[in-house]
Amino acid sequence: MDLHFGDSKPTDDERAAVDALLGPPESSWEGADRSDADLRWARGGREARDRRDLLLPGLHAINDRVGWISEGALDYLCRRLTVPPAEAYGVATFYAMFSVKPRPATVLHVCTDLACAAAGAQELCAGIEARVAAGVHVERSPCLGLCERAPAALAIRAGDPVRTAVSAPATVDAAVLAATAPDSAPEEPPAVMAVSQAGSDDLVLLRRVGVVDPLSLDDYRAHGGYTALRRAFELGPAGVIREVTDSGLVGRGGAAFPTGRKWQATASQPDHPHYVVCNADESEPGTFKDRVLMEGDPYALIESMTIAAYATGAHQGYLYLRGEYPRALHRLEHAIAQARARGLLGDDILGQGYAFDIGIRRGAGAYICGEETALFNSIEGYRGEPRSKPPFPVEKGLFGKPTVENNVETLVNVLPILTMGAPAYAAIGTAKSTGPKLFCVSGSVDRPGIYELPFGATLGELLELAGVREGLRAVLLGGAAGGFVRPDERDIPLTFEGTREAGTTLGSGVVMAFDDTVPLPRLLLRIAEFFRDESCGQCVPCRVGTVRQEEALHRIVERTGAAAADDIALLREVGRAMRDASICGLGQTAWNAVESAIDRLGAYE
Amino acid sequence: MTAIPLGVPRRLVEFTIDGKEARVPEGSTVLDACRAAGKDIPTLCHGDTLTPKNACRVCVVEVEGSRTLVPACSRKAEPGMTVHTDTERARHSRKVVLELLASSVDLSTTPQVAGWIKEYEAKPDRFGPEAARLNEAPKIDNDLYVRDYDKCILCYKCVDACGDQWQNTFAISVAGRGFDARIAVEHDAPLTDSACVYCGNCIEVCPTGALSFKSEFDMRAAGTWDESQQTETTTVCAYCGVGCNLTLHVQDNEIVKVTSPHDNPVTHGNLCIKGRFGYQHVQNRG
Amino acid sequence: MRKREPKTYTRLTHPLVRDSRDEPFRPASWDEALDRAARGLQRNRDAFGMFSCARATNEMNYVAQKFARVVMGTNNVDSCNRTCHAPSVAGLSAAFGSGGGTSSYEEIEHTDVIVMWGSNARFAHPIFFQHVLKGIRNGARMYAVDPRRTSTAEWAESWLGLNVGTDIPMAHAIGREIIHAGLANEAFIERATTGFEEYKALVEPWTLSLAEKVTGVPAAAIKDLAHAYARAERAQLCWTLGITEHHNGTDNVRALINLSLLTGHVGRYGAGLQPLRGQNNVQGGGDMGAIPNRLPGFQDILDPDIRLKFESAWDTVIQPHYGLNLTEMFEAMEEGTLRAVYCIGENPAQSEADSEQAVRRLKALDFLVVQDIFLTKTAELADVVLPATAGWAETDGTTTNSERRVQRVRKAVTPPGEAREDIDIICDLAARLGHDWKYADAEAVWNELRSVSPDHYGMTYHRLEEHQGIQWPCPSTDRLEPTYLHGRLWETDPAKRGRLAPFGLVQHDPPVDLTDDQYPIRLTTGRRLDSYNTGVQSGSFASPLRRGEYVELCPEDAERYGVVVGEEVQVTSRRGSVVAPVWIDPALRPGLAFMTMHFPDEVDTNQLTIEANCPIAGTAEFKASAIRIEKLPVATIVR
Repeated sequence: MDLHFGDSKPTDDERAAVDALLGPPESSWEGADRSDADLRWARGGREARDRRDLLLPGLHAINDRVGWISEGALDYLCRRLTVPPAEAYGVATFYAMFSVKPRPATVLHVCTDLACAAAGAQELCAGIEARVAAGVHVERSPCLGLCERAPAALAIRAGDPVRTAVSAPATVDAAVLAATAPDSAPEEPPAVMAVSQAGSDDLVLLRRVGVVDPLSLDDYRAHGGYTALRRAFELGPAGVIREVTDSGLVGRGGAAFPTGRKWQATASQPDHPHYVVCNADESEPGTFKDRVLMEGDPYALIESMTIAAYATGAHQGYLYLRGEYPRALHRLEHAIAQARARGLLGDDILGQGYAFDIGIRRGAGAYICGEETALFNSIEGYRGEPRSKPPFPVEKGLFGKPTVENNVETLVNVLPILTMGAPAYAAIGTAKSTGPKLFCVSGSVDRPGIYELPFGATLGELLELAGVREGLRAVLLGGAAGGFVRPDERDIPLTFEGTREAGTTLGSGVVMAFDDTVPLPRLLLRIAEFFRDESCGQCVPCRVGTVRQEEALHRIVERTGAAAADDIALLREVGRAMRDASICGLGQTAWNAVESAIDRLGAYE
Repeated sequence: MTAIPLGVPRRLVEFTIDGKEARVPEGSTVLDACRAAGKDIPTLCHGDTLTPKNACRVCVVEVEGSRTLVPACSRKAEPGMTVHTDTERARHSRKVVLELLASSVDLSTTPQVAGWIKEYEAKPDRFGPEAARLNEAPKIDNDLYVRDYDKCILCYKCVDACGDQWQNTFAISVAGRGFDARIAVEHDAPLTDSACVYCGNCIEVCPTGALSFKSEFDMRAAGTWDESQQTETTTVCAYCGVGCNLTLHVQDNEIVKVTSPHDNPVTHGNLCIKGRFGYQHVQNRG
Repeated sequence: MRKREPKTYTRLTHPLVRDSRDEPFRPASWDEALDRAARGLQRNRDAFGMFSCARATNEMNYVAQKFARVVMGTNNVDSCNRTCHAPSVAGLSAAFGSGGGTSSYEEIEHTDVIVMWGSNARFAHPIFFQHVLKGIRNGARMYAVDPRRTSTAEWAESWLGLNVGTDIPMAHAIGREIIHAGLANEAFIERATTGFEEYKALVEPWTLSLAEKVTGVPAAAIKDLAHAYARAERAQLCWTLGITEHHNGTDNVRALINLSLLTGHVGRYGAGLQPLRGQNNVQGGGDMGAIPNRLPGFQDILDPDIRLKFESAWDTVIQPHYGLNLTEMFEAMEEGTLRAVYCIGENPAQSEADSEQAVRRLKALDFLVVQDIFLTKTAELADVVLPATAGWAETDGTTTNSERRVQRVRKAVTPPGEAREDIDIICDLAARLGHDWKYADAEAVWNELRSVSPDHYGMTYHRLEEHQGIQWPCPSTDRLEPTYLHGRLWETDPAKRGRLAPFGLVQHDPPVDLTDDQYPIRLTTGRRLDSYNTGVQSGSFASPLRRGEYVELCPEDAERYGVVVGEEVQVTSRRGSVVAPVWIDPALRPGLAFMTMHFPDEVDTNQLTIEANCPIAGTAEFKASAIRIEKLPVATIVR
């Protein structure tokens, strides 16, 4: 491609960061010194243009090393990958974790989202900003997925290697220490701290969390690991799909689509190759279950992805992991390397002649990339904008090929389905919502964390388990894209059909309890800010609608009754258009929580 | 002897639009079918030479069985589909989309939009005087064309025309996110530092006048731009042997703009810098 | 720091005359100017040459050649196609009997392999290149053969950076490799070609390793291209002036055509040969007979039946021999056998190689009438200057593009002052010389052409409008022919197959202007994206890309000479010397420099180029001069 590059040159550090990822450049056209051979023969074309999916890892490499992405660094990366600089710039500016402006090497992300806001994030932020030195950039962040330990902060210090430190629950002192000396910050408590049921025999999905050493493949195997994959090879791909279909498993990411049908649809596509993508971009405010699973039982995810790939005829998988989950990243990188070393990933898995491998792709701070098609674009090196459906991913997904995309929790359910058999699994839960379910409980409870319950438990039972506090004002189900229910609605059964009947949603399993300490209009405004910030901007209803929604909520933050009526009418009209006419789920659900607060909780009355 | 490919034969798809039977070749969109049936559905981001981006959502229609409305411009007609183009639900979304756009973007040079705002009874003012707007100043960094992004509805057409669909220059992209998303060259630099080759194919597809010939921009500013006084004559470019068709827009015997027919087999509506802007020598009349 | 502005030209609005070349021009009435022109031509009836215009309409070219043949009784008519693509026409007609590209733009979108040879279409033919890009996006693999790694080459799977003037060794080595790898299409060769055995013997010495030595391109790269081209189901071979502007341009073209004959990549949909023409009507000018050896419709003057047809149509006697081509006309000026020229819309004073010599020859003419829209450098030498209209915007008619598509040109603006349409002026002059032609309008001219040219017969103005142009041949008014030529070569019936295509038995002959210690740098020339030819048209619009003329060097040479971007240097060839600022382009390699001819008023590049002409087509070797670069004692930086 006849790309145009400016005069800016990369620093040695930037060049080294890119070369560490891509290897040294092969010709002067890619950035090496000029040689006589280069000036006589240049190869490129299709092969050179086909490396676009390394753009996002390349941007991470630079950002991790230097802390921001300079013109010279971006140009060098583009030259290496044959990507137009304008497009790469469009991609770099899409993600919140990247900066194309100079900034200090250390960035301290302080969560100001719902759970953390209720836990005093505003004061924490103010305190940190007053204390922190010039070498640290403080960034107010959407939910960091550490709600059980709110308020939370994540420090990232660029360098070789990049250092991270989590402070949660954060104090001003602890957060400043994490930012100024990430290496000497106290070790983050183990994932199992989020699981108060840990060790219980009733657990299915969480049974290994806190029991096995997440770094040890042997330990995983000693606790039943890789029996499901053996079973899968016995059953054959069609047999696996039958088990999954019969189990009644539906997607746990929020849309509740039958997993077996999705696999069947992908497996039967004549177009090849097929891909398996694990959606680990857990970004719904209030959700942190996937993080706990990945940190506490990483091999389970590797094994279940392998099974999904085997069943659907895929030989390459991608694990798209939230950029804000450094520990999960390390655990999974380690687990994948171990699995490769032991022949559990690679050309000949378990000697069955079946080949499969997994590449990890890190997100970089974009809620929208949890949308399945936006995630494909993100992996492919484009802006994480959703695609229009149809065609659906099972037909045209990643790289335009048939793709099965599942959420982490959905995938790990496949292991018990195969080990206990579909009938036994289907016996758990209710007839329409089978199996165990993870809930992320946070906010005004004594024991925030992940809870595993069979489908069918009521909201009240779950809140009791978590030790709900006095003065409950509202419960948010399903996160920012979900809806509020009243404290007196504790009988709602926590099933897909039960919440639907109650006019609300289970979503990704968020259960966030609020008391009176934070005024409801402030919470709604935070939700509106979240959607405004996270809208990708592609379609008009969402791009402008989320702004208008936030403006209206600002106007009525102190108003009630007739004084708020006009704006509430406006909100309803805009909300309806966002729900009906937006391209993807983000815009379609951006008004849900506000609507439920008005209709169900009587906000602004 | 090899025969000339006649194009792949296409099956017909049968479905209903507003209660009437429609038959269109497989692969046609709902919009194609509606237009064939003589129904007018407003569109902004749709371009006849471009893959539908369905970003503006002003063309949404109701399809039975679909949870949300669907964009007519990109949704392919399917057998047995039941489409309603003018329900209260579809009209409501169109109205709000027009309000959202008109309250944030300068639509004064967008053809037809004033009529739609009236037809759908859209009231862009109701978001109040504080409603956020783009408030972009026109970017005038070269003598050939102006980028007045205050008029940009972010339809992506310029990006697609500059990128892999036609020009393959990739000078521009969407940068930033959400309401801050904007069309930009790398590092938000001026056009003159970019990969831009000034083919003007972005102007050709811009639906709002955000991109315009400098001549048009200046004449509008001076109040002398008058399309009713303009003639449009299609001729052939004189700059190389390719034979691109040029449509010369002439006002008072001055060429004020150059376009190309979108259905032309040579250009498909695209030109290069010389064809689009290289006409001045004819009117150096002393 | 010195700032440069391109010269801009103002339209001619009145006829200009002068009594002697030492005087300045004075405005004159049309009557006076035409009378003077008629007298000047009349007295040189036996020593006349017509320079027709490759940018004007088919109709104008038809009338201009008719003026030469009927009014002046000579076949000395030619146009600037001589300076660019005459070798393509000569080579293609030698092989196939017809001088047009064999395929269509749309076909390149549906082909499998595209070879761009000596063509920076990304800059010189941007909209054609969009069709190439569609092809690439549809999965075609593109190969670029060019001394420079141009923007075009940057899109290639493989770029082969050969030495300037080694195209025949490259082509022969590819041919040999195809034969030795058993990839030649033997059935096609047997059925549709002649001379294969001779060709096989001819290319046999050109092993990959010998070709590597001569061309500088690694053997593996040549082999890769050979195999890709031969194995493709469909392949297109495109070229531009990198092939034709050599002293052996026609041989170069033949060497490329050989590859298509060897593989059967011609005469099928998606497989063909595509010379990319440089000017809007360089194809049509030739088609209309504004060349010394063909009558309208590309019909041979030496054919008595053809002559008879025209003689009866035009009521005249046509000279039964070829006229002089542009190059020969210039030589005849030197000898004094050509003393009057009617030059329409051409600027040979700046466009010819070795421009100093061209100016000297024009000055020696007894009479020069120039018809143009500007007072060009050539017009400045004239006795009479006639203000004309801009063909593409101020007249009606047709032009013919590189894919042989005849398209309508329409009048959009009114010409300035007293400027008149070319056809009008020629007819007025013809009338003064005793030939009263009546054409109501351009369509009337076109219909006369249709009546004498079978290939154009089916193209009424109405049909041209309806189909947005029609490709020739179009012999019928109710049918369209295939988009490609020479499908006949695939016919099983020898009668339908017609004349077989001969392999061209051409030998490598290195550039005339050799590099040595005195002139160590090879200078090659080309176009830039926003500029055109001598810049008379393109200089007027405010292109943000334009930076004026530079001598482009590779970074290593710039360092060797100790010069920086913008620094003026002395550029000297065996013919002349110019001062030009330096630009550094990594697409070049040591010993290779690049310039354009877009800014002759700033830097007259053609003072450096060599007038070593192709003996068959008469095109000069613009692409290969030997130069030296000298740093100036006092550095001046321009921008």
